[in-house]
Amino acid sequence: MNSSCATGETSNAQPNPWVPQTARIREITPEVDNVATYHLTLVDPAAANAYHFQPGQFNMLYVPGAGESAISMSGDPDSPETLAHTIRLAGNVTKSISEMKVGDTLGLRGPFGTSWPLEACKGRDVILVAGGIGLPPLRPLIYRLLAERQQYGRLHLLYGARSPDMRLYTAERSLWSERGLELKETVDRSNPGWLGNVGVVPLLLERLESFEPKQTTMMICGPELMMRFTARTAMQRGMTAEQIWVSTERNMQCAVGLCGHCQLGPEFICKDGPIFRYDQISPYFKVEGL
Amino acid sequence: MSEGLQAANAPPCFLSKEQFAKLFKVLRALEYDVIGPTIDQEAIVYDRISSIDDLPRGWTDIQEPGKYRLEKRNDDALFGYVVGPHSWKQNLFPPVTTLSVADRTDEGWQFSEPEQDAPKFAFLGVRACELAALKIQDRVFLEGPYIDPQYQGRRNQALVIAVNCTQAASTCFCTSMKTGPRCKAGYDLALTELPEGFVVEVVTPQGEAVINALETQIATEENQNQAEAARQQAVDQITRTMDTTDIRDLLMSNLEHPQWDDVAERCLSCTNCTMVCPTCFCSSVEEVSDLTGDHVERERQWDSCFNVDFSYMNGGLVRNSIRNRYRQWMTHKLATWIDQFGTSGCVGCGRCITWCPVGIDLTQEVAAIREKQT
Ligand SMILES: Cc1cc2nc3c(=O)[nH]c(=O)nc-3n(C[C@H](O)[C@H](O)[C@H](O)COP(=O)(O)OP(=O)(O)OC[C@H]3O[C@@H](n4cnc5c(N)ncnc54)[C@H](O)[C@@H]3O)c2cc1C
Ligand code: SF4
Ligand code: SF4
Repeated sequence: MNSSCATGETSNAQPNPWVPQTARIREITPEVDNVATYHLTLVDPAAANAYHFQPGQFNMLYVPGAGESAISMSGDPDSPETLAHTIRLAGNVTKSISEMKVGDTLGLRGPFGTSWPLEACKGRDVILVAGGIGLPPLRPLIYRLLAERQQYGRLHLLYGARSPDMRLYTAERSLWSERGLELKETVDRSNPGWLGNVGVVPLLLERLESFEPKQTTMMICGPELMMRFTARTAMQRGMTAEQIWVSTERNMQCAVGLCGHCQLGPEFICKDGPIFRYDQISPYFKVEGL
Repeated sequence: MSEGLQAANAPPCFLSKEQFAKLFKVLRALEYDVIGPTIDQEAIVYDRISSIDDLPRGWTDIQEPGKYRLEKRNDDALFGYVVGPHSWKQNLFPPVTTLSVADRTDEGWQFSEPEQDAPKFAFLGVRACELAALKIQDRVFLEGPYIDPQYQGRRNQALVIAVNCTQAASTCFCTSMKTGPRCKAGYDLALTELPEGFVVEVVTPQGEAVINALETQIATEENQNQAEAARQQAVDQITRTMDTTDIRDLLMSNLEHPQWDDVAERCLSCTNCTMVCPTCFCSSVEEVSDLTGDHVERERQWDSCFNVDFSYMNGGLVRNSIRNRYRQWMTHKLATWIDQFGTSGCVGCGRCITWCPVGIDLTQEVAAIREKQT
């Protein structure tokens, strides 16, 4: 429901939404401790050709015997041949993936879900806020924003990580800065030699100078509490809930709105989300245990 | 059952019990697998049946919150009961089913659909509230952005023979939910049982094909009056009600109501209510591997929002208390279902009330919330 707020992409839906495609691991990029990026290729050339996704969408990656996990695309939506997924080792499925090698195959269903609202950003300042493993689902958006850099006002990335050595995409981040994405970082715990900010992500927003709330669209991806506090800070600084978008997470067994697990109030995170405009989801977001 | 084509507004006909006995043979000849009411372990359940003798002739069900028992009737009614623990969802959305198959080959994993032909069911004895439940599950499995192929295969071929209720249980509240007791749409044939036979309404060509293979007469005015009186009996017996006025907003604006704590004191989180509910559709998927691990099937099983790990995420639980789980069940069923599917998720069949081991009655929980809004 409420699909008006974010754009759904179901055009790649397969006739039988339950049957995965075979994907082969083309390349593995170790990122930080327990996080790596897996570049996949769909084995069936027709499927590979037809595959398109929008920034913020996700796939269900399937390791037979272990199970399925929802993983966002972290690569460039305009070169889907680099079908990248940045995965943090969390439990059973992600552990099985972490043990795979280049050339191994796994199952892939997708793309699923709503995407970041690029249209709502045109001609405006954009602030992206990422916490930890919340950066990968924003990366396709960063590629898009930078590819069409002149269409947007100021671009900021506020990025929080647990510690300096847990920051993702180190080499790329400086490239992004060069191309016009202003980067502000913070860590929960500093290392010797770290001269940057220490503290939670909303602090970066509090300290952000020359910030024009009315002119800004914000997109947040990270732990739920971090997203709530960031949105609150943004609203304290003059933004409205209609200018803020968040990416949500719930247990998912099907990704196609049939298993019931991912409900949050009236929303199915898998098909109505994962990306929601904040005013749409915040009434439910705030209710403990909903 | 198939909608669309309505057979010419044929007048109702009368089918004697003798001819009704031949229905089973007719359905078999049309290659239907007949599912209907039969007694098993002291309950009337829906199962494969092959003759009129499998029906619960002369039995009825007595239902109250947390109570169900069969009792002998003083007549030979074949459909003289209300509803039992089963519903037709068992057949359209089976409790366990294979979704996909993975095989390890030299080229890596290959994925395929399981090989299975959709069974062709004839459902005999579908109540009005159950017709509504079928319609609701159609919305879930067939009318969203993604279609469940197994449900679709089974549903498209199914023949629906409805039977109007001529009595109601104390737990019924279909009149509040506007789903019954009269069968109004969504069937191929609808029967009303009289002592000597049935008044039959035929609405689809599929239903017509069945009834044409049997000897019937045009229903007399007396037959029709008798049928109407029998149906009215069910209406008159319904005592339970649920006030559904603004129910969506009522529940969603009372998410912190103390009644959720109150019901949590009683609820055992046993999942019974969700298993018996004809519209509940939650499921989870498990891996079933052969010994070599080279052939793996994904198996879907009914799940329940009352199961502890249903909301497992990132090593923890979102709904970490019975209060949160009961609130999820009831707000989904009665409130957010409306946002999601444009209809309530409850048809007023009363199963969840009867089969709750501690007799929790959602109509009373709603009333309690309505009485003291926060
Ligand atoms: C829309 C969406 C996008 C995501 N994108 C990414 C990403 O880009 N990178 C990444 O590393 N992680 C991502 N996640 C989280 C990732 O899905 C979980 O970390 C992963 O499912 C854990 O599975 P596991 O078997 O390794 O862990 P276990 O703890 O063993 O989990 C068992 C099962 O529970 C379910 N589950 C557990 N945690 C989650 C969760 N957080 N979300 C959904 N289902 C869960 C899954 O079905 C999982 O297989 C995303 C989640 C969602 C909902
Ligand atoms: S919620 Fe209870 S009364 Fe309503 S349809 Fe489900 S089982 Fe029947
Ligand atoms: S309401 Fe009753 S049937 Fe439902 S989970 Fe609680 S105890 Fe079980």
